Amino acid sequence: MSLQNVGRATRSEYEGPALAPEGRLGKGLLQDEPLIFERGRFDMTGVDFDLEGETLDESDLAGLTRASPPALPGLSEPETVRHYVRLSQRNHAIDLALYPLGSCTMKHNPRLNERMARLAGFADLHPLQPISTVQGALQVMDELAHWLKTLTGMPAVALSPKAGAHGELCGLLAIRAALVARGDARTTVLTPSSAHGTNPATAALAGYQVQEIAQTADGRVDLGDLAAKLGPHVAAIMVTNPNTCGLFERDILEIARLTHAAGAFFYGDGANFNALVGRVRPADLGVDAMHINLHKTFSTPHGGGGPGAGPVVLSAELAPFAPTPFVVHGPNGLELVEETHGEAAQTLGRLCAFHGQMGMYVRALAYMMSHGADGLRQVAEDAVLNANYIKARLSGVMSAPFAEGPCMHEALFDETWLEGTGVTTLDFAKAMIDAGFHPMTMYFPLVVKGAMLIEPTETESRRELDRFCDALLELAAAAKAGDVDRFKSAPRHAPLARLDETQAARKPRLKWTPAET
Amino acid sequence: MRYLPLAQSDREDMLALAGASVIDDLFVDVPAAARLEGLVDLPRQKSEQAVERALGAMAARNRPAGAGPFFLGAGAYRHHVPATVDHLIQRSEYLTSYTPYQPEIAQGSLQALFEFQTQVAELLGLPVANASMYDGSTACAEAVMMAARVTRRRKAVLSGGLHPHYAASAETLARAAGVVVEALAPALDDEAALIGAIDADTACVVVQTPNVFGLALDVSRIAEAAHAAGALLVVATTEVVSLGLLKSPGEMGADIAVAEGQSIGNPLNFGGPYVGLFACREALVRQMPGRLCGETVDAEGRRGFVLTLSTREQHIRRDKATSNICTNAGLCALAFTIHMTLLGGSGFVTLARLNHARAKAARAAVAAVPGVEVLTPRMFNEFAVRLPRPAAAVVEALAARDILAGVPFSRLAPGAGFDDVLLIAATELTTHEDIAALARGLGEVLAEETC
Amino acid sequence: MRFTKDHEWVEVEGDVATVGVTAYAAEQLGDVVFVELPAAGAALKAGAEMAVVESVKAASDVYAPLSGEVTGVNGDIADNPQTLNDAPEGSGWLVKIRLADPAELDALMDRSAYEAYLRSL
Repeated sequence: MSLQNVGRATRSEYEGPALAPEGRLGKGLLQDEPLIFERGRFDMTGVDFDLEGETLDESDLAGLTRASPPALPGLSEPETVRHYVRLSQRNHAIDLALYPLGSCTMKHNPRLNERMARLAGFADLHPLQPISTVQGALQVMDELAHWLKTLTGMPAVALSPKAGAHGELCGLLAIRAALVARGDARTTVLTPSSAHGTNPATAALAGYQVQEIAQTADGRVDLGDLAAKLGPHVAAIMVTNPNTCGLFERDILEIARLTHAAGAFFYGDGANFNALVGRVRPADLGVDAMHINLHKTFSTPHGGGGPGAGPVVLSAELAPFAPTPFVVHGPNGLELVEETHGEAAQTLGRLCAFHGQMGMYVRALAYMMSHGADGLRQVAEDAVLNANYIKARLSGVMSAPFAEGPCMHEALFDETWLEGTGVTTLDFAKAMIDAGFHPMTMYFPLVVKGAMLIEPTETESRRELDRFCDALLELAAAAKAGDVDRFKSAPRHAPLARLDETQAARKPRLKWTPAET
Repeated sequence: MRYLPLAQSDREDMLALAGASVIDDLFVDVPAAARLEGLVDLPRQKSEQAVERALGAMAARNRPAGAGPFFLGAGAYRHHVPATVDHLIQRSEYLTSYTPYQPEIAQGSLQALFEFQTQVAELLGLPVANASMYDGSTACAEAVMMAARVTRRRKAVLSGGLHPHYAASAETLARAAGVVVEALAPALDDEAALIGAIDADTACVVVQTPNVFGLALDVSRIAEAAHAAGALLVVATTEVVSLGLLKSPGEMGADIAVAEGQSIGNPLNFGGPYVGLFACREALVRQMPGRLCGETVDAEGRRGFVLTLSTREQHIRRDKATSNICTNAGLCALAFTIHMTLLGGSGFVTLARLNHARAKAARAAVAAVPGVEVLTPRMFNEFAVRLPRPAAAVVEALAARDILAGVPFSRLAPGAGFDDVLLIAATELTTHEDIAALARGLGEVLAEETC
Repeated sequence: MRFTKDHEWVEVEGDVATVGVTAYAAEQLGDVVFVELPAAGAALKAGAEMAVVESVKAASDVYAPLSGEVTGVNGDIADNPQTLNDAPEGSGWLVKIRLADPAELDALMDRSAYEAYLRSL
C-alpha cells in the first residue's frame, strides 16, 4: 500500500489523572454554552415583522407547500447575542496574539477595510443593476485590477475566482483553453513534492494527470528531475515561490526557461506573495498565470475559514481566455463584459454567478491604498525580516532542515531536535496553546518530517516576536528536560482538552439530533 | 505606516541578529535581474481619512438598492439583516481567526458550524449538510461533479429553468473533467423535456425551484424518472427564504440539494461574498466536497467539535480529492446561522409568508399595467412578465426615474428569445409605496412612444 | 503468509488468497476510520489499486499483490474499521482473491525476508 507517514495521533496519549474533571467551561468569565437546539424554543423568534394590514395567504401554492415548518429553534435577541459572544470566547484570533500559521499569512486586519466594505454604495448593490447605476463598483474592480497588474507586472487579471483554489482552477482552465486553441493536447501537470494539496487537486479537477518533481537537499526544485519530466505531454508546472519551505527558488528563471522551451506554461501559486510584494514582480520570474489570495497578502479577514478571494493575473498569451465577466473601458464609462462573444470570444467561460467577491475587492483596495507602493514594499521586507529573526532566535535549539542562508517570510523547523524526548511535533504544538499562542502549521510541507512552519507576518512587533520566541524556548527546554506529561496532556488551559478525531471520523455525527428517549 | 509595528531601530537590531547588514541580504536568493530597485508605479501610502475619501467617492457613484424602489432578484435578494448579525460577525474572534484546524482553541467557530449544518440539513430536507461552499452557483457545479463520481456516469442534464449563470458555471467545471453537460434552452416549465433527456449515461438531472422565472415546482416526477434511470436528482434553490413555505428538496426526492444562502444574514455585496448551501443523502457523504464539522469528545469526555472526514479533501488526498476546495464561506455561514437563530423556524415561516404576500401585491399591480403579461402563475417572491418591448430598454428608462424595476432576462441569457421578459422580485423590504411607484412608472414608460 | 514491499500480506488456501495489510502498516497508519473495498467479482491485476484505507489524517491505496477475481470482501471491517488496527494480520483481512496466476506468489517475500526489509527502511 501507499504508506503516507503524515498520519499522526489524534487521540490523547496522556494517561495521567484528569486535569479538570469538573470541567473547564463555566468558570471565571468563560461561560458554558449548549447548542441552540438544546436551549431555543420552536415558537420563539428574535425578529419582529411589519405585519400590520398584511394579508398572508398561500392558497395559490396548494400542493407545493411544506408539510411542517422547519424544526428550528429560535432565540430572542439578547439570548442570541449571549450565545454567540460566549462561543466566540473559545476562539483564538489574530487580534489576540501572534498567529504563526505558515502558508496562511495571518496578519492584522484593518477595520477601515470593514467600514469601507459596508458603505451602502458597495454592500447594498445588486450584481445585476443597470450598469449606469454601478459605475463606482466597476471603478473599484478596475482600480483593483490596475494595482494587481502593476504589482505583478502582468498585463491582465481575472477577478472572479472566489478563493485561492478557485483561482488555481481558473489559471489551469485558461492554460487548457490556450492549449486547445493551438491544437496541442497535453495530459500532465508537474508539481513539486512540497506543493500545497490544492495544486494536485486542482490539476486533477482540470482534467490533468499529476506528476511530482523531486526536491533537492537544499529544499528547492530539482532542475535535473524537472528537465527529465518535461516534454510535449506537459501542459504546465505549478510552482509556489517562495516555496512551502519558506525558501526562494533560486533557479526560478531557469525553471521558467525549461518550462517554456518544452511548450508548457508556468503557473505560479501566489499563496506566498506577501514575501515579494513591491520587491519582486512575478512577471519578471517568467510566470504565465498566478492567483493572489486577497485574504493573505492584502489582508481581507480569514473569517474562520472564508470567504476568500483569488484573482488570477495572466500573461498576454493567456489573457484572451480569461473567464467572464470582466470590466472594460467603453465610450460611456466602464462596462462589464458578461457575454461569451466579441471581446470574450475565446473565454474559458463563467466560474461562478455574478462578478466574484466584491466585498473582498473593496477591503483589498482599501488596504493597498493605505499602504501605497512604499508601504507594500515595506510589508515584504518586514515579513521576511520577522521570519529571519525568529529563525535566528530559535535555531540554536530547534533544528531547521534547510538552515543555510536566509529564509523568506516563514521559518521552517523539523522534529529532529525532539528525538528521544518522547515529545512529538503535535505535542509541542498543543503545548504552545497553553503558552497563549496558536500552533504553527504542522506536518506540512509533507517532505519534511514533523514539519513546523512559522509565518509571523509583518504586523508583529518586536516585543510580540520576543514573547513568542521566549515561550517556544521555554517549552523546548521543558521538552528536553523530560517533562513529557506537560506536552502529552496539553492543552491544559484551553476550553477543551485534546479532541478525539478518530471517534469523529469513525462514527460521524454531522448534525444535532434530538436525544432518543 | 500605521499597520507596521517595527521601528527603524528594531529593524537594524533584528537584521544584525539575523546576520544581515542590509535588508537586501535577506533577498539574496532572488535573481538580480528580477529585483526591483525602486518603487512600482503606484500611489504612495495614504492616511485613513484619505482612503475613506477616495473609496467614499467611488461608493457615491453607485445607486444603492435601498435608495428607492427596487425589484431585483435572479439569484440575489435584498432582505433585512438584523443589526445583531453584523455586530456579532465582526467580533475579533470570528473575523480574525483561521479555519478551525486546532479544535481546542476554535470551538466557537466549530460549534457555530455544527449549528449551521444542522439548520441547512433541516431546511433542505436531507440528512447531511456541509460547512458551506463559495456560493450557490459553485455548489451547483460541485454537485454535478459529485453526481458523476457517485454514478460513474459522464452526462448531466440541466433544466432550462436553472439560472443561466449556474448552468454556465457547471459547464465550465464539467468540460475539463470530461463530463458532458446537456443544458436545455431556457423555458418556464420543461418537465417533460427534462424527463425525456434522461438516459442510461445520465449522472444527474439538475432542476431549480423556484426556477429562474420564479415558478415554484414540485419536482417529484423528475425525481422518479431520474431514479428509475439510475441517475441522481440535484435540486438548486437561489432564494433560500422560499424554503419557509415550499416543500424541501429532500421531501421531493432530491439526492443532492444546493442553495444560495445569501438571503439569510448577508447583504447583496454586488454579487459576493455569498454562502453556498450543500446537502445530500447520508450514503453519499464520503463523496461530498467541502468541509464537514462533526461531534466528538475531548480527552476528559466532554463534548466538542472538530473538522472531520477530511481524507476527502485536497490537503490529504491531493490529486484524488473530491474537490480542490480549501476554504468555505466561514463568516457568511456564521451570519446565516446567527440570522437563522434569531428567526427560528416560526420567524422564518413568517418571513417567507411576508415575502410571498409582497410579491403577490407587486404581481397584481404590474398585471394591471396595459401591455404587461404575467408569465409565472405559481411563485414564491419573484415572477416573470412579458413586456411589449425589450425589457433592457424599459429597465434603463425606469432607472432614469430612480426605479430599479428588475432583471431583464436578456442580461442573463442574451439572444435566448426572452428579450422582452423582465424578472421582478419583492421581499419583506418592498413597501406598498415601492409597488405603486413601479406600476406607475412602468405604465408611463410603456405609454411613451419609444424608450 | 507471504508479503509485498508495499506492506500487504497474502495467505493462500487452495487457489484462493486472503489479503490484508501488515501489522507494520497498520501501526504506521494510526487509527483506521474507514475502509473502501472492491466489489465481489471484480477482476484485479497485480499492482493495481484494490482498496483504500483511511486514517484520520491519511488515505492510503492498497495494491493487489496478485492478479485474480475477488471472491469475497471483509464486510465486518467496513462496519468496524478498528479491527484493522486490532488484528491486521487476522480478522482485519480485506479481500479474498481467486488466483489467476499462482506463479506470481514466487515474487513475494516470506516473513523473515519481509522483516529484514522492514529493518532496512
